[in-house]
Amino acid sequence: MSLSAPIINNSARVGRVIPGFHLSLGFTLLYLSLIVLIPLSAVVINTLSMTWEAFWKAVTSPRVVASYQLSFGASLIAALVNLFFGTILAWVLVRYQFFGKKILDALVDLPFALPTAVAGIALTSLYSVNGWLGSILQTYGIKVAFTPLGVVVALIFIGLPFVVRTVQPVMEDAERELEEAAASLGANRLQTFLRVILPTILPALLTGFALAFARALGEYGSVIFIAGNLPMVSEITPLFIITKLEQYDYAGATAIAVVMLIASFIMLLTINLLQAWTRQRASKPRN
Amino acid sequence: MSTATTSITTATTAREPAFTPAATVEPLWVRITLITLALSFSALFLLLPLIAVFTEAFRKGWEAYLMAIIEPDALSAIRLTLLTAAIAVPLNLVFGVTASWTIAKFEFRGKSLLLTLIDLPFSVSPVISGLIYVLLFGAHGWFGAWLMEHDVQILFAVPGIILATVFVTFPFVARELIPLMQAQGNEEEEAALVLGASGWRTFWHVTLPNIKWGLLYGVILCNARAMGEFGAVSVVSGHIRGETNTMPLQVEILYNEYNFAAAFAVASLLALLALVTLALKSLIEWRMHDTSIQFVPEQTS
Repeated sequence: MSLSAPIINNSARVGRVIPGFHLSLGFTLLYLSLIVLIPLSAVVINTLSMTWEAFWKAVTSPRVVASYQLSFGASLIAALVNLFFGTILAWVLVRYQFFGKKILDALVDLPFALPTAVAGIALTSLYSVNGWLGSILQTYGIKVAFTPLGVVVALIFIGLPFVVRTVQPVMEDAERELEEAAASLGANRLQTFLRVILPTILPALLTGFALAFARALGEYGSVIFIAGNLPMVSEITPLFIITKLEQYDYAGATAIAVVMLIASFIMLLTINLLQAWTRQRASKPRN
Repeated sequence: MSTATTSITTATTAREPAFTPAATVEPLWVRITLITLALSFSALFLLLPLIAVFTEAFRKGWEAYLMAIIEPDALSAIRLTLLTAAIAVPLNLVFGVTASWTIAKFEFRGKSLLLTLIDLPFSVSPVISGLIYVLLFGAHGWFGAWLMEHDVQILFAVPGIILATVFVTFPFVARELIPLMQAQGNEEEEAALVLGASGWRTFWHVTLPNIKWGLLYGVILCNARAMGEFGAVSVVSGHIRGETNTMPLQVEILYNEYNFAAAFAVASLLALLALVTLALKSLIEWRMHDTSIQFVPEQTS
């Protein structure tokens, strides 16, 4: 008790000692409003001027529904693949020593650093029928480039770092003592992983999965080169917005954008909840 | 509670020799399988695309490569990309520092809402990031008629490209700095202020040296995205050759014209930028890791 009193006094004084609160808050809010909030509100306000029937018709036409299915399905598959391999990558980077580890660690961020258009044309050249991988897959009768499978490949590429970079720090902080305790109590390594390690990293795994999925939903640059962009078959929702814009159908484009924004906000909310859970899980053993 | 944990930890440390390493390490075949899986997956999805860019770029030889890069449209795309980054990055740098000063140094209501709003551009599809500027500045947009009257061109011109780039790179610097400044606390600034330094002086001589690596980290990531952004810029650019094409857009145009060697030549410059970004990023991470190790004993004592 005697300790907490001065701390409260201290924190109350802090607000007065550090200068520039009103100036910095004012600038932050002004810049945020000008660059982000006002432009984004344009989407919502433009949609409000549409009638409900027109809006509903724009967002449920067969072609756009097919694009939702592709965007959603391909993002889900890609995020699941990244969940699996991302976890292995993070584990290997945290727990094992091997040649080239530091380079591999740096390379994981490549999809963040490489412009999406470059990734798009590189993947297309690899997986097209004449490409290094495409020609091999061709002999097995698998076509990747210009099919929905190509969309999945591009989304795996751009989503990979999200899972690795979310899970890696949690694995680094995980307490080895718990694993030793499990081993000393007779658990084998698989049991230890499933019952001790997995529960610790589960919130981070789900966060990484959700981040990769959310990014994949909105991705455009890397997908359009490899997808082939056939309406009803390999046309993603962001591309359909562009198509609408090129036809000067601004209302239609905006309506679909609102659907995508709602999906993004649901994902953002989910991710925030998952991150809160991750922090809570991570701080538990220390208390 | 804390004493119990300490005694348990000491107990395990004391008994540590009794544990064979095998108890907490996977069997050799599992380790080899996992490393092989990780390396093959990375080779397939990370390394191979990177190698493909450079192989395709040099397919027709050095001369064709150089010609593709010094071609006027390519040069103008490079200039526009550099100009865009040169405006967008400093703007978001100033915002990032101000926003993190506000959030890390003060307590106020609505802080977590503000944090979420700052992250917003990351969760918006690049295509929508471009669309919003079409809705504002397009011929039928909110300000379209006014801009036409005053003969100001924003959409399908350089200002639109810069605005869209500022939007998509908005959170980068702020998001790196906020956790860093929050972790560092206010003590050093308070000491400087108590000793009579002015607010600006405190910022320049106390805060800035403490956050410089995090700041550089954010700037590098912000720059990589500013130079590489495709979706948002593609919507607002209008694709006028030699005028409103950034490097990624130039790559797209060349590629769609089946001029693959030239497309990959321009792409290879962007890939090089990505590699430099990764190298600098790793360097700063090691640097920050070193300083954080140095700072830990000071904080606990």
